[in-house]
Amino acid sequence: MALKKVDKIIDKYQRDDSRLVMILQDVQEEYNFVPTAALEQVAERLQIPLSRVYNIVTFYSSFSLEERGKHLVILCNGTTCHLRGFDNLRDEIDRQLGIRAGQTTKDKMFTLEVVACLGACALAPVMAIDEKCYGNMTPEKVRTVFESYRKMKKTKKSGK
Amino acid sequence: MIKSIEELAEKRSSAKSEFYPKRVRISVGMGTCGLANGAGDVFEGIRDEVQKQGLDFVVRQVGCIGFCQMEPIVDVLAPRLPRVFYHHMSPERGRELVSGISEGNFCTKWALARLDQDKLLVELDRPLDGKLNGLASVPTFEQLPFYKDQVKIALRNCGFIDPHDIEEYLAAGGYSALSKVLMEMGPEQIIDTIEKAGLRGRGGGGFVTGKKWRVCRQAPGYPKYIICNGDEGDPGAFMDRSIMESNPYVILEGMTIGAYAIGAEQGYIYVRLEYPLAVENLRSAIKQAREYGLLGESILGTGFGFDVQVSRGAGAFVCGEETALIASLAGYAGEPRTRNVYPAEKGLFGRPTVINNVETWANVPVIINKDWKWFAEIGNDKSKGTKVFSVVGKVRNTGLVEVPMGITLRRIIYDICGGILNERKFKGVQTGGPSGGCLPESVLDLPVDFDRLTEAGSIMGSGGMIVMDDRICVVEVARYFMEFLTRESCGKCTACREGLRQILEVLERITSGKGVPEDIELLEELCLYVRDNSLCGLGKTAANPVLSTLRYFRQEYMAHIEQQKCPAGVCRELTTFRIAPEKCKACGKCIKVCGVEAITGKKKVPHLISEDKCIQCGACREVCPFDAVITV
Repeated sequence: MALKKVDKIIDKYQRDDSRLVMILQDVQEEYNFVPTAALEQVAERLQIPLSRVYNIVTFYSSFSLEERGKHLVILCNGTTCHLRGFDNLRDEIDRQLGIRAGQTTKDKMFTLEVVACLGACALAPVMAIDEKCYGNMTPEKVRTVFESYRKMKKTKKSGK
Repeated sequence: MIKSIEELAEKRSSAKSEFYPKRVRISVGMGTCGLANGAGDVFEGIRDEVQKQGLDFVVRQVGCIGFCQMEPIVDVLAPRLPRVFYHHMSPERGRELVSGISEGNFCTKWALARLDQDKLLVELDRPLDGKLNGLASVPTFEQLPFYKDQVKIALRNCGFIDPHDIEEYLAAGGYSALSKVLMEMGPEQIIDTIEKAGLRGRGGGGFVTGKKWRVCRQAPGYPKYIICNGDEGDPGAFMDRSIMESNPYVILEGMTIGAYAIGAEQGYIYVRLEYPLAVENLRSAIKQAREYGLLGESILGTGFGFDVQVSRGAGAFVCGEETALIASLAGYAGEPRTRNVYPAEKGLFGRPTVINNVETWANVPVIINKDWKWFAEIGNDKSKGTKVFSVVGKVRNTGLVEVPMGITLRRIIYDICGGILNERKFKGVQTGGPSGGCLPESVLDLPVDFDRLTEAGSIMGSGGMIVMDDRICVVEVARYFMEFLTRESCGKCTACREGLRQILEVLERITSGKGVPEDIELLEELCLYVRDNSLCGLGKTAANPVLSTLRYFRQEYMAHIEQQKCPAGVCRELTTFRIAPEKCKACGKCIKVCGVEAITGKKKVPHLISEDKCIQCGACREVCPFDAVITV
């Protein structure tokens, strides 16, 4: 069955295959990952080989073929962050959430991604959650941040 | 919609009176660094207080003035008084500041500096009364070591104008270069000016910009394209992000001038995925420029048409390489291709294409406005103008530093950035990111320009400068870069794909204490193989971090291999931390910071690290104020 939203996105880019990367980015934004069905649909509608679409989603690191968590945690491993304690933050996140780079928590709340550089080197080490940037991080601050997310989840639940 | 150059001039003068209003104007720096430090709350705090007190103040958001260390930064501009910058602001301090100003008291407590003449950093002069209203004790900008030696060309206007309001850019002299070009200059004359100015590509290659434009102009083929490379991938460099966030208009103006010179009608800005704020600000700038008739079918009614769109990257370092970027823009995987034909002749969609990076584009309007002679006098023999460096790492003042080419590393690191953090010993500085090299103290007096950095075994790159102290292991840094490049190699060339993997394996062996003496020779052989057999810049320069550390820090490699020791105390398998009882003052800081409860101790009794529990993370050493945590 065709995904209506995918068709809409393809039409937005006038079925132009030079906009393939952007089409797939929009698809990912819509579904939070790129579903296999969408790959096939994009290839068919743009009349390009499926292998080319698959090439794009596997070449560029921002695409995910697996469903991701509600919140995307980005841990920066740029040079400055690396030198100022990336390893300790990574280990702390592992302790807190039980996930390593590329993995998602069982409750689908968080996905952890490690990127090369967020460009906020003066605040190293840096972590971002859903585009909100946290600077000068320590393992202790990591704990506090995730505690606040857990609290948020709880209050939302009890509010319902 | 502005329909003529005359109308633009009128618009500029009305915009100026808003830019320097007859009332107090408070601006909050809200680039990524500022926001991460809480600038959003500061902005709200100030705005709410102004509203609450019913004050007739203007509150604006601006970009970043480059002094990241001091964020959040707020500046206050009262009519006919010097501009005052405040550092480390909080919502409470913001409210206090507003209350003070409303009573005519300029707070000096958090004042960073005062700027008597805006023309140092913006194009404009501002009438002053010569009164200081109690601000005499605040240093001027020129007295601040961080800014004293800086010359702002690419970063001009950054942190002074609201990146969401094109009229602020107009007020600060924006689009006067485009007016000049459209009224007085032909395409050839523009290219001559840029070439004579000696502008070289700021993205790393250092190719002469004017030459590139000329080749493209003369190349047969239609349509032609203009690309702005905003895929600032070098970890540690963020000047392009700052320009895109703080002054997106200068990029659009530069590209429009470039388009007029080469005869292009369509431009693209390729921004890396990790910069959402840059994408947002660029898109809003493009929208406004279209509304004002500064992009579109007939710019300023001249009949010359040019438009720009933003493309987001998708997370591939190699896309900073121009042929890879072009492939990515056309909807393919970002794999570089051979450069026997340059993009200037055959680029995007097989058409002639000029591709320059953000900082290069930001230089163009200033060169046109000031003329090439002015620009060519800045810098040294072969590298003209300025370069922006992002100086980060173990240095006291971190931030963006724009200095004339040819200045020495020592002046950047010690005079401008205040030397090494916590008075530790300088060990090395990595320039040029993963494609660059690590330079030791012996070359600190090297003038920084394209050619001399290359001679020293590093590169200028896009301007990242990571300062390292004696607690950083250069072998581990080399391993880090190889890990990064192994992951980012596109895989097209065997030498790069497989060679880097082999180098990484050897380095992992060494940093985990399993290295053998023959590894050094093996590393050198592999590095040269990768360098000589790879197609694009990524592969050709990938070995630089290893080659440069082997050249300048060979004894550190030997210590890992022969003595099974990491002198910096970083490589976990080769490090044992202990507390020196004679230095320990039993303050308990290390106990608090230890994540695995490996440290024990009581008041007045020197603390102890349990070797069984310690994971060698080094957190205790970082917090110890007495240097009591030592490696054995």
